[in-house]
Formats: sequence, C-alpha cells, structure tokens
Amino acid sequence: MSAAVAISPLRLRTLKVVVFLICLIPLVATVMAIFGIMGLSLGANPVEELIKRNGEWGLRFLLITLAITPARRLTGLNWLIRFRRMAGLFAFFYVVMHFVSYAVIDQGLAVGPIIEDVTERPFITLGMTALLLLIPLAITSTNSMVRRLGKRWRSLHRLVYPVAVLGVWHYWWQVKQDIREPLLYAAILAVLLGYRLWFSVRQRRSRRITVENPA
Amino acid sequence: MPSKTCPKIRPSEITPESVYLNRRSFLQAAGFAALGAATSAGRAWAANPRRLAVFQDLAASPFSTEEPANSWEDITTYNNFYEFGTDKDQPHRYARDFQPKPWEIEIAGQCDRPGIYAFEDIVDPHTPEERIYRLRCVEAWSMVIPWVGIPLAEVLKQFGPNSRAKFVKFTTLHDPERMPGQRWPVLQWPYVEGLRIDEAMHPLTILAIGLYGKELPNQNGAPLRLVVPWKYGFKSIKSIVRIEFAEQQPVSSWERAAPHEYGFYANVNPTVDHPRWSQARERRIGANLLAPKQPTQMFNGYGDQVAGLYAGMDLSRNY
Repeated sequence: MSAAVAISPLRLRTLKVVVFLICLIPLVATVMAIFGIMGLSLGANPVEELIKRNGEWGLRFLLITLAITPARRLTGLNWLIRFRRMAGLFAFFYVVMHFVSYAVIDQGLAVGPIIEDVTERPFITLGMTALLLLIPLAITSTNSMVRRLGKRWRSLHRLVYPVAVLGVWHYWWQVKQDIREPLLYAAILAVLLGYRLWFSVRQRRSRRITVENPA
Repeated sequence: MPSKTCPKIRPSEITPESVYLNRRSFLQAAGFAALGAATSAGRAWAANPRRLAVFQDLAASPFSTEEPANSWEDITTYNNFYEFGTDKDQPHRYARDFQPKPWEIEIAGQCDRPGIYAFEDIVDPHTPEERIYRLRCVEAWSMVIPWVGIPLAEVLKQFGPNSRAKFVKFTTLHDPERMPGQRWPVLQWPYVEGLRIDEAMHPLTILAIGLYGKELPNQNGAPLRLVVPWKYGFKSIKSIVRIEFAEQQPVSSWERAAPHEYGFYANVNPTVDHPRWSQARERRIGANLLAPKQPTQMFNGYGDQVAGLYAGMDLSRNY
C-alpha cells in the first residue's frame, strides 16, 4: 500500500465545509429552477424532471460513496475515508427527495396507486427496496452507533452493495428504450465492485503466502 | 380562392439575407450568452430558427376541443423524436438546422397512382384546417395542440387505393447525416408506423403540416406528420417520406422494439396498463407543479367518433 498522506485537523474541517456546500449544489439548482431564479427551469414537465434529477443525484452519490475506498487505497490519501459518511448521507438525502417527488408531488400521496406501483411494477419494487435498505444505514451512521455496533456495523453496511445494484437496475428497467445512461452507471458500478473483489482475492492470497512462509 | 396551402409571407417576416447568411455566428453568440443557464428566452429562440410561414384564413373544425392549448414553448421544446435525440429537450436543439424543403413522398403499394410526389403536389390540392386535439403520450403525459392539417382520407383518395389496400404503412426519412439520432440504433431505422385502412380514412385522422397557424417546426415532424388523436403519440409518425397501401398489417417500430409493451393498435386506454406504468391517469403538461394528474379517457376522449372501429375486439389483447 502507498504511504499515507496526512492532513491537518483544521484543513480537514475546512475541506468538509467546502465539500458539504458542493454536495448541496444540485439541491440549490433544483430549488432555483422551481422558482425560475436566474432563468433556470425544470422544463415543460417539471414533476418528471424533479423525480429524474433527484434519482440521478442519489445514484451518483451512491457511486461516489463506493468510489472512496478504492480511491483511498490507490492514492494513499487516507483522509478521504472521512468523507465517506457525508457522501453516503447525501446519497440517502437525494434518494429520499426522489421518493418524495414521486409520492407527494407526482402521486399526491394517493396510497392506493403507490401500493399498486410498488407491488405491480418491478422497477418501482426495486427502487423501493433500495430505499428501505438505505434507511438502517442512514440511522446507524452516527459515531455512537458505529461504536455500539462494533464488528456488526461493518457487516450491516455491506448492504450498500446490493442497494447500489438495485438502484442501477431500477434505473435500467425504468428507461423506455435508450439504455446508454443506465449502462454507464452499471459500468462504473461494475468497476467499483470489481475492484473490491480483486482486492480481497489478492489480500487473501498474500495472507496465505505469509502463513505458508513465516519469516 | 383564398390561398391556404402555400402560406403568404409578409415582407416583415422575411429575414434580410445578411442576417440569414450569418445565422450560425449569431447562434454561436447566442449560445455563449446562454451558457451556464439555459434561459427560457434562449430556449424559445433556439426552438424556431427557421422562418415559419403563416397560414392565412385557416378553417376551423368541429373536431377541435375547447380545452386550452399548451404554449408554443411547451409544444416545441418537449418532444419525443428519437431521430433527433432521446431526451425531450434534444429534438428542438438537434433539429435546428434541418431543412425540410424540398421534400418528396413516395406513394406505393395497392393504388392506381403510385409514384414519387413533391410535398406541394400532395398538400396543395387540399384545404388546411385548424384541428385542436388532445395528444396523449404512452408515457402518461398529455398536451392540447392546435395543429394545422388536412384530412388523411382526402390525401389517400388522391392516389386511388384499390380493394387490396387493407392497411397504410408510413415511413420516416432515414438520413443519419440530417437526423443525428439515427447514428445510434436505439430503434431500428427508419421509423415505421401503420394504420388499418378504416383508421386511416377516419375523419379525425390528419396529416399535420402546421402548428399554431404556422408551418410545422422541425422538432414536431416537419414538413408533414401523421396525427391520430385517439392513439398514443408514437403512432403519429413524423417527417414522412413514404406512404404504402399494404395488404398485410405492417410492424410498427415500437412494436418491433418491445412487442409486449407496444402493440399495433396503441389506442389510448386507461384500463390497459403499460407493463411498467399505469395508464389510468396522465399529467397535463403546462399544469401547475402541484396539480394532480387527471384521469385518462378511453380513446383519449374520442370514443364517440372511433369506438365503432373496434366493435367486438378484445382491446386488452389488441393493445
């Protein structure tokens, strides 16, 4: 592994504020578009656009969250891990906004049609499952929960892998015909998960070698 | 005789030649000015770069709805026209420089006068009318659109269809140079649609050549397109270059792409859902962000006129 590159606590704190504000840009842009500020607009079908944007940002932040560990290992910038929780919570936030846009604005909280959608339309079933699985991860993201759960925290948070797969799958089944965009998300996810597989296989092998040839 | 089919161009509408020749540089300047934020003014400007001639003295039609029509901007910036991109806001941008004239249409199949005809030869003998129709997209949104059109039946009769003409097959221009969306096989090109002959001859069915009293903008299917208001929007094929009187039922493009999702008939029907979404309700474009969806009507509200065409048919099988 590459040498660790340290960062001062003050710098880290400043950087966290900056990154937090950057992560809010999609939200700010959407709110501005809703009110038509600075000529921004959601277009002719604002409800559809609202659902689409929030969903895309949810998916993007999920992939960013999953990219942090590989990026840290490859660059040696260990402090990157300090941004993983923030990225994950922003993923959750945009996914919730995606659901709220759908359930409140598009469906007007009509329970019957929402239940029908979730049970009868496979792509919505997938998306809903992903959202539900994200909730325990968001709840257990605090420091005290990490401490309280100990080893179980890591196993629980492996749920993020199926969540990401479900999210991309949900997008793939939603598009009418042009699958180029979901394909791109799927490819990035495959690289991120593939890296983890490769890394764990390599680690297991090197551990075995160490056991077989104790120094 | 009032001139209707070849719209008179007022002197004030004519673009000075120098401006016309510099339109690209002007567009680029406008593009830079609009960079970062696509202002609504910028989008409206980009939506109609070609001078669209105005029709004089359009006849009104009893088939028109009283419902308020959608805005020019909604109708010309929110389009499904995969030949110019699969996002709704792509056709008005990628079709900007498309030149729909001169235009020829091949008439083929079971008729007395097949051949290749100029657009004017097909359109000019007929009186264009304003037809304000509801349009219901298979994606569960809808608009009200003031088309300028001519009844398809009148056009078809021009060519003397014979008794073996059971269907009419329509084909869109296939020219990836001019239609950049065709460079990717998202559908099998060219786009093909079809109607049963009685559907094609129905008085509601029109060939649209204009919108809001002007020539048809490129992104809406210039220079001429089909409009079948009781069917989902994808049946209303755009930029038609070929009309064939067929003995066999043609396979339409969406039917070929996903036969379990899109059928040949594609009649608007709130009781037959798309496998992936409900067709019971629709979102009216242009409504308030918080406006609820509205119920979808059988045959898009044209049941009184067209239900008889499908008497005795199982519409959940013939979707």
